Amino acid sequence: MSTFLQQLINGISLGAIYSLIALGYTMVYGVLKLINFAHGDVYMVGAFMGYYLANGLGARGAQAIGQSADGLIARGLLGSGAMEPSLITALVVMLLAMAICAALGVIIERFAYRPVRKYSRLTALITAIGVSLLLENGGQVVFGADPKFFPELFKKRNIDLFGGASINSADIIVLVIAIALMIGLQLVVFRTKTGRAMRAVSFNLQSAKLMGINTDRIIMFTFALGSALAAAAGVLVAIRIPRIDPLMGILVGLKAFVAAVLGGIGNIPGAVLGGLLIGITETMVVGYLSPTYKDAVAFAILILILLFRPSGLLGSVAQEKV
Amino acid sequence: MKRILLSLTIVASLLLALACQPSGSGGDKVRIGVFMSTTGDTANFGISSVNGIKMAADEVNLAGGINGKQVELLIQDDRSDASEAATIVTKFVTQDQVHAILGEVASSRSIAAAPIAQNAKIPMLTPSSTNPEVTKKGDYIFRSCFIDPVQGAAIAQFGAKSLNAKRAALMVDRKNDYSTGLEKVISEVFTRLGGQVVVTQSYQAGDQDFNAQITSIKGANPDVIFVPGYYGDVALFAKQARDKGITVPLVGGDGWDSPSLYQIGGAALDGCYFSNHYSPDDVDPIVQKFVTDFKTRYGTVPDALAATAYDAARIMFDAIKRANSLDGAAIRQALADTKEFPGVTGKVTFNENRDAVKPIVMVKIEAGGKFVVAERVQVEGAAMPTAATSASPAAAASPAAPATGASPAAKTSPAATKSPAMTTSPAAAKSPVKTATP
Amino acid sequence: MPRYLRNLIIALIVLAVLYGLDFVFQARMISPYFIRILMLSGIAITLAVSLNLINGFTGQFSIGHAGFMAVGAYSSAYFSVTYGANLAATLGGGKLAWAICLAAATIIGAAFAGLAGLVVGVPSLRLKGDYLAIVTLGFGQIIVVFLNNIEVVGGARGYSGIPIVQSFFWIFLIAVLTIVVVYNIVHSAFGRALIAIREDELAAEAMGVNTTRYKVMAFVISSAMAGAGGVLLAHFDGYLNPKSFEFIKSFEILIMVILGGLGSIVGSVLGAILLTVLPEALRGFAEYRMVIYSLLLIILMITRPQGLLGSTAAFRGWRGRRRKKSRTEAEEITAEDTRDSASVDKATLGERQSETSLREKDSKNK
Repeated sequence: MSTFLQQLINGISLGAIYSLIALGYTMVYGVLKLINFAHGDVYMVGAFMGYYLANGLGARGAQAIGQSADGLIARGLLGSGAMEPSLITALVVMLLAMAICAALGVIIERFAYRPVRKYSRLTALITAIGVSLLLENGGQVVFGADPKFFPELFKKRNIDLFGGASINSADIIVLVIAIALMIGLQLVVFRTKTGRAMRAVSFNLQSAKLMGINTDRIIMFTFALGSALAAAAGVLVAIRIPRIDPLMGILVGLKAFVAAVLGGIGNIPGAVLGGLLIGITETMVVGYLSPTYKDAVAFAILILILLFRPSGLLGSVAQEKV
Repeated sequence: MKRILLSLTIVASLLLALACQPSGSGGDKVRIGVFMSTTGDTANFGISSVNGIKMAADEVNLAGGINGKQVELLIQDDRSDASEAATIVTKFVTQDQVHAILGEVASSRSIAAAPIAQNAKIPMLTPSSTNPEVTKKGDYIFRSCFIDPVQGAAIAQFGAKSLNAKRAALMVDRKNDYSTGLEKVISEVFTRLGGQVVVTQSYQAGDQDFNAQITSIKGANPDVIFVPGYYGDVALFAKQARDKGITVPLVGGDGWDSPSLYQIGGAALDGCYFSNHYSPDDVDPIVQKFVTDFKTRYGTVPDALAATAYDAARIMFDAIKRANSLDGAAIRQALADTKEFPGVTGKVTFNENRDAVKPIVMVKIEAGGKFVVAERVQVEGAAMPTAATSASPAAAASPAAPATGASPAAKTSPAATKSPAMTTSPAAAKSPVKTATP
Repeated sequence: MPRYLRNLIIALIVLAVLYGLDFVFQARMISPYFIRILMLSGIAITLAVSLNLINGFTGQFSIGHAGFMAVGAYSSAYFSVTYGANLAATLGGGKLAWAICLAAATIIGAAFAGLAGLVVGVPSLRLKGDYLAIVTLGFGQIIVVFLNNIEVVGGARGYSGIPIVQSFFWIFLIAVLTIVVVYNIVHSAFGRALIAIREDELAAEAMGVNTTRYKVMAFVISSAMAGAGGVLLAHFDGYLNPKSFEFIKSFEILIMVILGGLGSIVGSVLGAILLTVLPEALRGFAEYRMVIYSLLLIILMITRPQGLLGSTAAFRGWRGRRRKKSRTEAEEITAEDTRDSASVDKATLGERQSETSLREKDSKNK
């Protein structure tokens, strides 16, 4: 029983991270009908930004961008002693990484996706794959190919639960931040004017345009928001599992995408549900069946659900109009 | 029609670009083709190796080259892809007309490339592909590191004898040929030595979360956990295992070796062991010179891949020098005749399978990230002399192991194994010696 | 001249040219490096043209092609390793005997891949667009996971010891066959049915086209040809590794098809050659090679969105946003609406709402 409980906790904290990334996929899909394959790589960039914010660029890196070798840029928030490892530091690092990645998302949208938006969706898809390859290969050149160790932003400890299970404080914090971000997103989409415009754009781009909505601005905002969430996920994952490398986004991104489709792509609660489901299933398969078939089982569930509910768990079934 | 012409022009110009690539230059240089993965999922291994090879080449060039000829390295990236590795080696042997080839880290890519080098009769030396299959591709293919069965046997034996473990857990990277190869040998040898593998769990490289596996392993209550994987995953696994309250030592292979291992894993790795080609903390002057030079040049402590690549390059240069010719057959013969080459990773001799014979180092990780040499195990061919009681465990463990396993020529001459930091004698080799740690 | 006679003569000429080229290459008159790239391009052509049948002509979005390729590669490799040498010896052991073995291996590989295509296609082709894409992607990944776990074919260590029967003649024979088959399908009644499905599936069904049957048939044929491409690859290097068949490989083939132009056979051929040669041609840039490659890909997509030789016709089936300049804005919107409504309905952000409910909510918020 305690093993089961432990596996369930493991699964939920893994699933929360998938959910956070899946949200970005779902939002972009909702607005543009574009599978943004580069999203997983934005998550990677987010983790690296967190790394450089905390640890600094190093003496060489700082000099390369014209900064002194012992300033904040060179040694980071932690290295220069500007901040102590604490929850506040973690939040500051995360928010800054989110801001940087939001900018990255806007740049990607502006220079890669907007020019192809007027063309077919397949063109956009290939462009997305191109951007993804660019971020991965560029990451290997810029960040270096070797895995990096993410600094400890706050002290972690184990909290024992009833029944012999235990939970790490990092897991709790990741979970709390993830839930807070999801609620925040829900509020933005359903309680603000911009959110209303986003829903209108996703409902029908052309009509929204005719209603006087600046669709370009809304799409840009969607990318900024999605990329910021991916960056948050990147930093949160790195807090929990402190190893980051330029290819870390590929598999996680793919699974988060699967989670988004599973829950009903374009649907925010669906993405959260899909992420949790994938996380828990994976953990249970690893714990009780053969770990080797982990990926196969995740995909098999996806296929089964799609075959019986083609628009995902929470997606609405659309009648095709003639 | 216009579009067809346009695209044909593009293709034609690309082909032209291909044709105009710089190919082998004049005959007064020794051209060495190096194919490594400097991008893709194993890029860090390729980059380390290339660094080691570059340093060796610059050293020999500064010293006047090989028999007066400068060494020219042609370094190509294979994107961590087997087919591309084969393409590069084809380019090496035809376009670039190289005299010798160094490459790959991953066995899969060495296996794909080896037949091409063999057909062209250009000697190829792989610094770190440990799958026995590689050198079976032909008599021009050499390897300057130990093979998986030998390493696996050493790891298993270390766990069973030196750590006195009876119950073992295995944690395998199922997608990784290196890891699955070691897993087989470890579980077979460990069982033969009287132990029991109580649980086998697996993961896939790049996995971030091992909590599910750890929960299962903890339930099985092992004395030792064998983790034959790569350092990034291992360090994460160790950290999470310690977080979950597992305290038994973890034991792994040369895939652990990297300065990043301790950076990521930290104190979670204290008291763990892994088999390796060398230890940067070794007091041997050859090792210390290499480590110092490497640090000055690249600013980091060299990992085992850099060390084996450095050795491989020097072994190759040495063979070319002795061959006194750039002819493939002559270099091949000189390589085969290599005897006790004093490398950073030990004295290297090639056996009849063209696999290097040299000691395996068992490294203990101590607090603060110091890699201390705990034991040295001398290996001959595919047989473990230390396990001479049971008929050649490695050969039995892996049917694919070279045929010599049948006749374990347990040559444990002290000279072959002696290096300043150790006190191995033929008798000592049977029960590994704890050496005075630096 | 009767039609069959003309076709026969063309076939003989093609065979003769291929054989002649094979002979020239065997004599090493051209650098083996070029020949190798040429042969890799030939394999890529088989894969790209076969994917074009399902993605370009039938308008179904499949991104699991590498999985079928893997099935073909591994099944034929298993055949060659287990029975190849014996069979060749029984047949006399010469070059011809090996050719027959390779032919047998190709048929086996294609058959198994076609079977896999049937198993995957029957349930999943009910889905459309991105959903079909993700399901094919999933199947592709599942195949790789299984290959990693099948010990008989080496598992993660890879499958080595496959007899190497590199033959320019054979690779290009298969490539030409693929092109001929796809060309003939597209220009037959079957092909017109496929194009009808691409243009408007509902209308096609209304006209009496059994859409499911045609889609599955196209999918099976496409998979079988991908399997043949896999066979060529298996016997090319004599070594297989499940890693080579991950979804990245499917993307690579998809990029070839789209870069060449959806629904254009010549385009697929060009795309295949281009994407095989490009990474080699960029070799001089060392570590920046793949960065430049991905940049070029993005720039090409921005400047030539329909691919090098794509016809815009193929894109309309994709409910894309591309429109003709002659239409007025208002017409566009109505045309867009009828086409887009289904996909938009399917995936709204948050819960699905009608326009009125959206308005209601707005007024409430005020």
